[in-house]
Amino acid sequence: MNPIKKLFDNIHPYVEEGGKFHAFRSLVDGFETFAFVPNTTSRVGSVNIHDAIDSKRIMSFVVIALLPALLFGMFNVGYQNALACGGDMTDYVGMFLYGLLAVLPKIIVSYVVGLGIEFVVAQWKNEEIQEGYLVSGIIIPMIVPVTCPLWMLAVAVAFSVILAKEIFGGTGMNIFNPALIARAFLFFSYPTAMTGDATVWVAQDTIFGLGYKATDAYTAATPLGEAAVAGFQGFTPETIQDAVIGLVPGCIGETSVIAIALGGLLLLYTGIASWKIMLSVFVGGAATGYLMQALGLTEIQWYEQLVLGGFAFGAVFMATDPVTSCRTECGKYVYGLLIGFIAVLVRVLNPGYPEGMMLAILLLNLFASLIDYCFVQSNINMRAKRVSKK
Amino acid sequence: MSKLFSNENKAAFTNPLNMDNPVTVQVLGICSALAVTSQLKPAIVMGLSVTVITAFSNVIISLLRKTIPNRIRIIVQLVVVAALVTIVSQLLKAYVYDVSVQLSVYVGLIITNCILMGRLEAFAMQNGPWPSFLDGIGNGLGYAAILVIVGFVRELLGFGTLLGFQIIPQSWYVVNGGWYMNNGMMVMPAMSLIIVGCVIWAHRSINKEKK
Repeated sequence: MNPIKKLFDNIHPYVEEGGKFHAFRSLVDGFETFAFVPNTTSRVGSVNIHDAIDSKRIMSFVVIALLPALLFGMFNVGYQNALACGGDMTDYVGMFLYGLLAVLPKIIVSYVVGLGIEFVVAQWKNEEIQEGYLVSGIIIPMIVPVTCPLWMLAVAVAFSVILAKEIFGGTGMNIFNPALIARAFLFFSYPTAMTGDATVWVAQDTIFGLGYKATDAYTAATPLGEAAVAGFQGFTPETIQDAVIGLVPGCIGETSVIAIALGGLLLLYTGIASWKIMLSVFVGGAATGYLMQALGLTEIQWYEQLVLGGFAFGAVFMATDPVTSCRTECGKYVYGLLIGFIAVLVRVLNPGYPEGMMLAILLLNLFASLIDYCFVQSNINMRAKRVSKK
Repeated sequence: MSKLFSNENKAAFTNPLNMDNPVTVQVLGICSALAVTSQLKPAIVMGLSVTVITAFSNVIISLLRKTIPNRIRIIVQLVVVAALVTIVSQLLKAYVYDVSVQLSVYVGLIITNCILMGRLEAFAMQNGPWPSFLDGIGNGLGYAAILVIVGFVRELLGFGTLLGFQIIPQSWYVVNGGWYMNNGMMVMPAMSLIIVGCVIWAHRSINKEKK
């Protein structure tokens, strides 16, 4: 028998009702259902449709899809550090190890705090542990700058898990994407640590002897940050090439369009993310970018809008979150188009926010159910008319 | 004397402090609770001003309640409240000018505070002066209590101070080589709405059995 399975079977008697370690029931349950598909199914309601994979398996696929962007992000952290401090630019392994050491504590803090709260709530309410944090827990470290202090991350994670998720009833009930709420909390609470004077995008210090120490505080703006400064003349092709590969300053996981595309393909292939949302976000962003550029409001070309900043990451991993996006098929197009439209609108027209993707997705999260309502209602009206005509 | 502190009168005073709190239960007076609570001092001053105004306008309207023609009662109530608000506003300007500047229009806007009009309509128009006075004090203090809680949290986390005194050690701050940073969102009104929400959450959890 599988040793992991055996282990869980051995632990089980201890955490059952009346067992010695009953307080850890939800913890064991959580890990067991993460490792194995549970042999029980929901009995709520009269009709249930069961897919071959349950939501923990869906979450695992999303985590796998996030890995390319995460791994490349780690490399980029080391790359930016070496670039800033004039280090050895050919030591790729060193750069990656440096990035790994810089990013790993954030992932650990995010999971420990987030899952800790989830386990406590599950035990307290005597419910099953909810799996939703598996994905948020890895996304949150990917959408903050590498220099974000761990205590801030912990506060933001606690805030978003409690106030954006548990308060609404837990996984599947939340109105807003918890990862984005965590980022929004950091963004508005500690603006200097999130965008600041452009020193936040590059790790400035050595970790366990790896990497390089900047002699002076090194500033490097993200490409969008540069574009927001007066007198901007448009990007060079090299910048755009770097942005596609991912070798620009930015949040840990958002820089590489290629790595994000790999994850996006997996999500589309497995059918977890909706291609309608993904496509329409890009179409909306491109069309608005084209319009803004044609009107002379910005020097950024429409295709540059799509590869810079968090646009691709948001479109692939955040906008397609099945809980907070539209459920109706037509609604998905409207939802996606509006996200792309507002993201570019904020970027171009609001000088205070060079990046608009987070705000656009949060805003449309709010309107998702309204859009659904309109489409469902119009469908009902259409059918009612058809009946009354006869 | 015993009549003055009968159970009904006591209830008129204590109910608004807890089970019938104007902010957390009736959800009135939210706009000013968001606007003036970024620091503790204006929150306290605002709470006291509203307490005084509610109490005395309650008494005056209660005394006049039999002579006020029903159709113009709102206008009469407004005149009384406006007079009291003007007096309080002048007093604040005279004695605590800096706070009065911070509170700016919100002192004047006490006139439109839903708690005031609500108490006048719902209580003072039907009850005698003494219960009305207690009711006004109770509601004012119930409102002030929430303002103070919100102001306490916001000033402590948003500025690191309480009533202007530095509570969080200066050496903790990033600018001084530490690690701490004030939470900028606490300074924005949006966060006070979230704090009021948390207070309501706590209040409801505590009083779950009683309802």
